[in-house]
Amino acid sequence: MPKDSGIGASPKRREDVRFLTGNGNYTDDINAHGQAYVHFLRSDIAHGTLNSVDTTAAAAMPGVVRIFTAADFEGVGGVPCGWEITDRHGNAMQEPKHPVLAEGKVRHVGEPIAAVIAESLEQARDAAEAIELDIEELPAVVDMKAAVAEGSVKVHDDLTSNLCYDWGFVEENREAVNQAFQDAAHVTSLELVNNRLVANPMEPRVAIGEYNRSTDDSKLYTTSQNPHVIRLLMGAFVLGIPEHKLQVVSPDVGGGFGTKIFHYAEEAFCTFAAKACNRPVKWTSSRSEAFMSDAHGRDHVTKIELALDADNNFTALRTDTYANMGAYLSTFAPSVPTWLHGTLMAGNYKTPLIYVNVKAVFTNTVPVDAYRGAGRPEATFQLERVVDKAARELGVDPIALRRQNFITEFPYATPVAVEYDTGDYHATMDKLTEIADLSGFDARRKASVANGKLRGLGVNCYIEACGIAPSNLVGQLGARAGLYESATVRVNATGGLVVMTGSHSHGQGHETSFPQVIADMIGIDEGMIEIVHGDTSKVPMGMGTYGSRSLAVGGSAMVRATEKIIAKAKKIAAHLMEAADADIELKDGEFSVAGTDKSVAWGDVTLAAYVPHNYPLEDIEPGLEETAFYDPANFTYPSGAYACEVEVDPDTGKVSIERFSAADDFGNIVNPMIVDGQVHGGIGQGIGQALLEGCVYDEDGQLLSASFMDYAMPRADDVPFYSVDHSCQTPCTHNPLGVKGCGEAGAIGSPPSVVNAVVDALQSAGKTDVTHIDMPLSPGRIWAALNS
Amino acid sequence: MAKVSMTVNGKAASADVEGRTLLVSFLREELGLTGVHVGCDTSQCGACVVHVDGKAVKSCTMLALEAEGSEVATIEGQAAEDGSLNTIQAAFQEHHGLQCGFCTPGMVMSAAALLKDNPKPSEQEIRTYLEGNLCRCTGYHNIVKSIMAASGQDVSALAAE
Repeated sequence: MPKDSGIGASPKRREDVRFLTGNGNYTDDINAHGQAYVHFLRSDIAHGTLNSVDTTAAAAMPGVVRIFTAADFEGVGGVPCGWEITDRHGNAMQEPKHPVLAEGKVRHVGEPIAAVIAESLEQARDAAEAIELDIEELPAVVDMKAAVAEGSVKVHDDLTSNLCYDWGFVEENREAVNQAFQDAAHVTSLELVNNRLVANPMEPRVAIGEYNRSTDDSKLYTTSQNPHVIRLLMGAFVLGIPEHKLQVVSPDVGGGFGTKIFHYAEEAFCTFAAKACNRPVKWTSSRSEAFMSDAHGRDHVTKIELALDADNNFTALRTDTYANMGAYLSTFAPSVPTWLHGTLMAGNYKTPLIYVNVKAVFTNTVPVDAYRGAGRPEATFQLERVVDKAARELGVDPIALRRQNFITEFPYATPVAVEYDTGDYHATMDKLTEIADLSGFDARRKASVANGKLRGLGVNCYIEACGIAPSNLVGQLGARAGLYESATVRVNATGGLVVMTGSHSHGQGHETSFPQVIADMIGIDEGMIEIVHGDTSKVPMGMGTYGSRSLAVGGSAMVRATEKIIAKAKKIAAHLMEAADADIELKDGEFSVAGTDKSVAWGDVTLAAYVPHNYPLEDIEPGLEETAFYDPANFTYPSGAYACEVEVDPDTGKVSIERFSAADDFGNIVNPMIVDGQVHGGIGQGIGQALLEGCVYDEDGQLLSASFMDYAMPRADDVPFYSVDHSCQTPCTHNPLGVKGCGEAGAIGSPPSVVNAVVDALQSAGKTDVTHIDMPLSPGRIWAALNS
Repeated sequence: MAKVSMTVNGKAASADVEGRTLLVSFLREELGLTGVHVGCDTSQCGACVVHVDGKAVKSCTMLALEAEGSEVATIEGQAAEDGSLNTIQAAFQEHHGLQCGFCTPGMVMSAAALLKDNPKPSEQEIRTYLEGNLCRCTGYHNIVKSIMAASGQDVSALAAE
């Protein structure tokens, strides 16, 4: 019987009413009194020397308030990077300055050069056209291997080369891994591309800066997944504003998918300009600007090799990856191809020896950073593709080969430095076999063939690391931040609660799911609990929402704060009932004395806390408000098994997804409806990556896919209904809720199964030489493979 | 500048606008109807869909002056006077047909236009009709399900999916 409230229930989302009636409060819906509008003049060439920016004529245009260039930012910091990687020789990565407005050179199409502030947006745009630029175009470098070749054009003249870092992991294992390959009975190797993507949340980025001259307070509204992180990065590193003089607000945010984690130049600009102009300044990104200024995702080129012994046991894994950083280091960019990627290369398998090499490269392209999954999709894709290829080469069933090599004992310390606490990979594979009706595949293939189509089945597993992260560990790994979360639980006199959480909801439904947890802990109605997030002036501290961390880390902080509330409330109840603290029990919103019929209601205790006439004032303070910071002991490790069935039209090469099934283990589940939705959305994006999406630059660094007319977003008729299941649950052992995180799984787990399925379909037509096709699997690529 | 007048959600509205002012700008900035969203600049995403004289229109692709004298309906006018959700809105809430909510107004308005012409659309008809509405959060599963449910079709078999 499904529950109707509390943990495990699926109440309707309370945030939906405002979104369904047009009453959401997105950043672009906010207009400050007296605001001016910003238009950024952006570079339309990829690489050039910026000789001069003449704003004289533009400044005289109607409505212009002021025009800013790099000269106005002398003494202002660059946009900082939040993670430093140490390379395999022990040296720090190369870290170029990232100016707010281009200084001396332009390094990618879309880089802001000047900013016009005017009374209206139209006037700002008109004036920007009158700015005279003198840019001496330089050859651009787009291809990563060309960028690190001897004699390449340098993106940054003050760096020694375009190589950001050459990372080896685990460096000490390098020779042992090489030896294992020499001893292998079989080696499967594969070269592949993890295609560059644009996150494209439906809401473009917006920033509104405000300044109060009488108090010297600055305020920024921004479309961020982590307003406190923006406050810290922008305040401390760019503008020099202390936290107590800077408020950052991220109200309703229309999707993030990673690209709204980062601190962007436009945020710093609007905050800076509001003070300089002494009036509010608003910037709303167009979609075209988003394509050339939001950090992109993925963009890896990899060679992966898998060594097996004569019994088909995996004995070693070796990878060689080039990872595109773009022209500058975005906030967390260096961590994505390293610690969020290399540490996941064991996957679900007990491969004893692994060596991962990653060369991060600067190119004349938009910066690349985390996109849904961030490093883990790249790890999963290459691993699950090479395992599939190995199965074909060895003539064994790909599921059987996976099962044979599954990790089965937990906790399991991988050779890539992490320890999986729990998991049951056979269970999710069993569940997948059932929900995907794998036994019915042959019949479905026959039906497709009879219909003139090819049909393929692709299966894969995945493991991911969520709940980032233990602060002391990530500090050792180069993070320039702690990755805890905070929550304040404020109980009002009449018993209602407000939870101020550092997690941020931009579609995940925290306003609904977080109260379910507290309602269960206290035994009160969810309607008595309100969630506040997204405002640094209301929430004490927060590291924000990314890496599927909200419930595992933010939820745990909320649980810890609520435990403190309950402990104090029990002391008050004990006083009211003249009993010992230790004898007080809380159930269904009633405090009782064990073994007696004495009880007081939740509301009696909360009222006593604020009207302390009969109260243990000598022992405890009045009031009922507690804050907790939760720093996780480990990552969490969701896992699962996915299956995709495709039909391929041999005449056109068009792929259609006929069935898609996902069996996930997320540990405990708070709201199954929301979890289903998260998986659906992730699968949609994964299918998008596999079949449709590709961010394309030409050799001169021109962005060819800079609108929804050129960049193929998945549409409703590109995807089927998905079959998802999360009944396999091995709870996390180290957080109080036993939860693992579900936000990214779908995007991590789905691309390999799509590609595996298409390769299977083509092989079924006798194209046994087709062992891989790079994403996106466009009809042209499939047709070419079929007719090769 | 020229004066434009129209009826929006049953109320008369007029303002002086530039010739280049888009209908979406008029609705958002002049009338404060910020439920009408702008998600792109190439008429692809559908977050700005409203009804003009009963037809679904991308309000980013129509000049305000072109709507002179028209009856315009936006997401703000879909719920009842007492705030209760209409059938489509209620179905979206019931079946988790929205996450971040940004595409939602356009999805609801497109769904309303579809169901007006085709009261019991098939799954494929819904998917095809929504080709002009992008969603990045839901993978479309629960949007299609919500519209099927709003049209009175039994979606319980999809409950496990």
